[in-house]
Amino acid sequence: MGSEEETKKKNEVFDAEAASLFVKELRGTFASGKTKSYGWRVSQLKSLMKMLNEREPDIVDALRQDLDKPELESSIYEVALLKTSIKSALKELKHWMTPEKAKTSITTFPSSAEIVPEPFGVVLIISPWNYPFLLSLDPVVGAIAAGNALVLKPSEVAPASSSLLAKLVGEYMDLSSIRVVEGAVAETSALLDQKWDKICYTGNSRVARIVMAAAAKHLTPVLLELGGKSPVVFDSGINLKVACRRMIMGKWGCNNGQACISPDHIITTKDYAPKLLESLKNELENFYGKNPLESKDLSRIVNSNHFARLSKLLDDDKVSGKIVHGGERDKNKLRIAPTLLLDVPRDSLIMSEEIFGPLLPILTVDKIEDSFDIINSGTKPLAAYLFTNNKKLKQQFVETVSAGGLVINDTAVHLAVHSLPFGGVQESGMGAYHGKFSFDVFSHKKAVLSRGFIGDVPVRYPPYTKGKLRLLKVLISGSLLGIIRALLGWSKA
Amino acid sequence: MAAAMGEIEDKLAELRQTFRSGITKSGAWRKNQLRALIELLQDNEDKIFKALHQDLGKHPVETYRDEIGLIKKSAKYALSCLDKWMAPKKRRLPLLFFPASGEVVSEPFGVVLICSAWNFPINLALEPLIGAIAAGNTVMLKPSELAVECASFLAETIPLYLDCKAIKVTNGGVDVCEQLLQQKWNKIFFTGSPRVGSIVMSAAAKHLTPVTLELGGKCPAILDTLSSPLDIKVTVKRIIGGKFASCNGQVCVGVDYILVEKKFAATLIESLKTTIKKFYGENPKDSKSISRIINEYHFERLRKLLKDPLVADAIVHGGLLDKENLFIEPTILLDPPLDAEIMTEEIFGPILPIITLNNIQESIEFINSRPKPLAIYAFTKDETFKKQIVSGTSSGSLIFNDTLVQQLCDVLPFGGVGQSGIGRYHGHYSFETFSHEKAIMQRSFFLELEPRYPPWNDFKMKFLRLAYDFDYFNLLLLLLGLKR
Repeated sequence: MGSEEETKKKNEVFDAEAASLFVKELRGTFASGKTKSYGWRVSQLKSLMKMLNEREPDIVDALRQDLDKPELESSIYEVALLKTSIKSALKELKHWMTPEKAKTSITTFPSSAEIVPEPFGVVLIISPWNYPFLLSLDPVVGAIAAGNALVLKPSEVAPASSSLLAKLVGEYMDLSSIRVVEGAVAETSALLDQKWDKICYTGNSRVARIVMAAAAKHLTPVLLELGGKSPVVFDSGINLKVACRRMIMGKWGCNNGQACISPDHIITTKDYAPKLLESLKNELENFYGKNPLESKDLSRIVNSNHFARLSKLLDDDKVSGKIVHGGERDKNKLRIAPTLLLDVPRDSLIMSEEIFGPLLPILTVDKIEDSFDIINSGTKPLAAYLFTNNKKLKQQFVETVSAGGLVINDTAVHLAVHSLPFGGVQESGMGAYHGKFSFDVFSHKKAVLSRGFIGDVPVRYPPYTKGKLRLLKVLISGSLLGIIRALLGWSKA
Repeated sequence: MAAAMGEIEDKLAELRQTFRSGITKSGAWRKNQLRALIELLQDNEDKIFKALHQDLGKHPVETYRDEIGLIKKSAKYALSCLDKWMAPKKRRLPLLFFPASGEVVSEPFGVVLICSAWNFPINLALEPLIGAIAAGNTVMLKPSELAVECASFLAETIPLYLDCKAIKVTNGGVDVCEQLLQQKWNKIFFTGSPRVGSIVMSAAAKHLTPVTLELGGKCPAILDTLSSPLDIKVTVKRIIGGKFASCNGQVCVGVDYILVEKKFAATLIESLKTTIKKFYGENPKDSKSISRIINEYHFERLRKLLKDPLVADAIVHGGLLDKENLFIEPTILLDPPLDAEIMTEEIFGPILPIITLNNIQESIEFINSRPKPLAIYAFTKDETFKKQIVSGTSSGSLIFNDTLVQQLCDVLPFGGVGQSGIGRYHGHYSFETFSHEKAIMQRSFFLELEPRYPPWNDFKMKFLRLAYDFDYFNLLLLLLGLKR
């Protein structure tokens, strides 16, 4: 596409009418059956792979512009994870697309049944600013694998990434079935007014409500990947150094705490807290040096709005005296140092909303088991973490803590495990994806039952009689012996 | 008995408390409840027959076939499978994370709301209830107020058999529904019309409550031209079975209309007439084997569909309406106008339009130009045509050479797509639809991967690239210093 056309497109207002035309076009492509073919799906996945192989430097650069994301985080957590996802989809796609045979019972004998996966049709994917490539393209992989046409709406809060995504999709993907719409609230609203066959939204719970309400108008199923206050419980008697390092990686190592599964806060016993604090401080210095504000291995805060939001959390009277490490800020560079707070009040601002930044409150309890009550008294988070060697505690954790996913003795890594469904519950989301779950979440599983023309039992049909009632009872129960007995003893209705 | 808002909130508070107590999480509690449900059905068969007869004029055979029998079967199936369903599912993890284990655990959502419909008032209340209980939730059941006797029956009888602290029934009309929908539920399961389904989902959106919506639509039956008289006979019986013989057409997965080739229409109509007579006698009005229309509102709705003069002209059989007895006889139409209300709205009654096509292949395009239905029925022996229907159409389910029997299959998911619904249930899908699948990953402290941690450098970058590629061979080489 020439730059003139590009400029023209940028200046066009994307309103409801434009959105409607978009959808119509995509529906036309979908109706043609193009996206259903195995060949198309494979070609698109391969194109995505090619794009990642060839354009990684551009992606790293865009992420540096938008978030000052360290190159390693960009290469590994955005590009490499995506490639793994594509590889796995390419490898398994034939298997995923194969109908699943279902065993039928004697009640419908003779019959055969299978469950056939089919694409929903035209799907809308709305992605966030913190992992703009991963969280845009990972759902796209699922949507394509399942055979859908789609529109991707990346976040305007990461403008370089959004622009690059639009450009790359234009260069590498089949534009008759896959489109990118850039923009902010107006464009998103125009898109949400349309009728989609599935909507995938990754972001916060406030906007998720708006998305689901819009979907409700058209009875569109939704996948909502949200967030929450993911807690980390620290028991004693653990390898503290390893635990702290893993925790730091899940927090500051993931976009400087700006990730949906980042540990939000720690809960530990009053006795253990000093030791934990010491270890955290040590490891933070090992990783990020004495001046973390200068460290190249930490992302910056995405924009001044979020910087102000996080500053407000720290300036809160109830909390400003509780800072035990860090707290340094650089407004111009949009940087906040890894900050630890000890024993903030439970009703402080920092404990009532998802932090999504490099601040880590440590709450203390008398008994470690009390931590589970604290977790369950809040809304269900996307993830919950526990560091312990105590088997009983692990069991109690699994049984009583409800969250999207749980990880014991590590943080955030479950994101990379494709055999586990990744999603939230209630406030942290609905539905799940990754691996085969991505294929499933973008598919309708159609039940197909085949019968022959024989095997008809008159008992099904009127006129109804007591005799038919007797036989019907055994037939539905599926008891073979009962059926034979009834048939032998049954006379004319 | 309508309930006030305060009463609803109190009931909900108790359901929440019961859930928090953890009692519903035990397999023993769930099994006890399922057994109690089976006992409820066994002890009260006659009462249920009576209630369905009063509400809908249903014959006991239909009631047993479509309500009691199905629920008993489902409850027994859930009992036999519950241990398996409740067991955590182990998952393999990549070697990279060794030593580590992964599993998925099904946990109950919490407090669920089940709103059921009036046409199968026992089935559509209790089938989801089985799933909700099996999955360990506490439940508020809201039966449809249109099936008055059944709603009363459920409200009076359920507390006598099931744990009333965990399973409650609330009766009432639209205002009660609205009050219920204002509350925060952990899951809502709704069976009914798309219009109300949309309202339910909008209400659920306020609390980010997941929903399963079992809706409806116009379920077509594609009839390929059949040559064998025996096949035709069986086909016609099954079509009638899927229409008039199931709540007199008031069924979400019932045959709404038929698509057939012009040349076959006459044979089909003759056969339908003969079989209707065989099933219901000369005067279907006198037959005890056919249900009534639920109420005056729906009677008038159906009457209005037939009032359109072009539609009235298309009547080739039946057409008798008896308001006093809320009875409409099996009525067949031949080629009513496609833009008449009878062909744009779900009929949900004993009127069967037959639409003729030049070529039966056109049925695929016909169906695709309309909202996705809950079920498509296709009667054909042509294997190629079957494949075209499977891949060329989309519906909740697709049945070849029969109607309605998918209800009997515990292994098949039952649900819609597009306008016909969201989500599915029956068998273990019922358990799943009321469960949150929680992923659990466990690691141990030894075998640390140093390159995981900053400060970053080229070596760590190389390492992690290979690691996420699961390229263990090259990873090993790198670690041994053998790879540049």
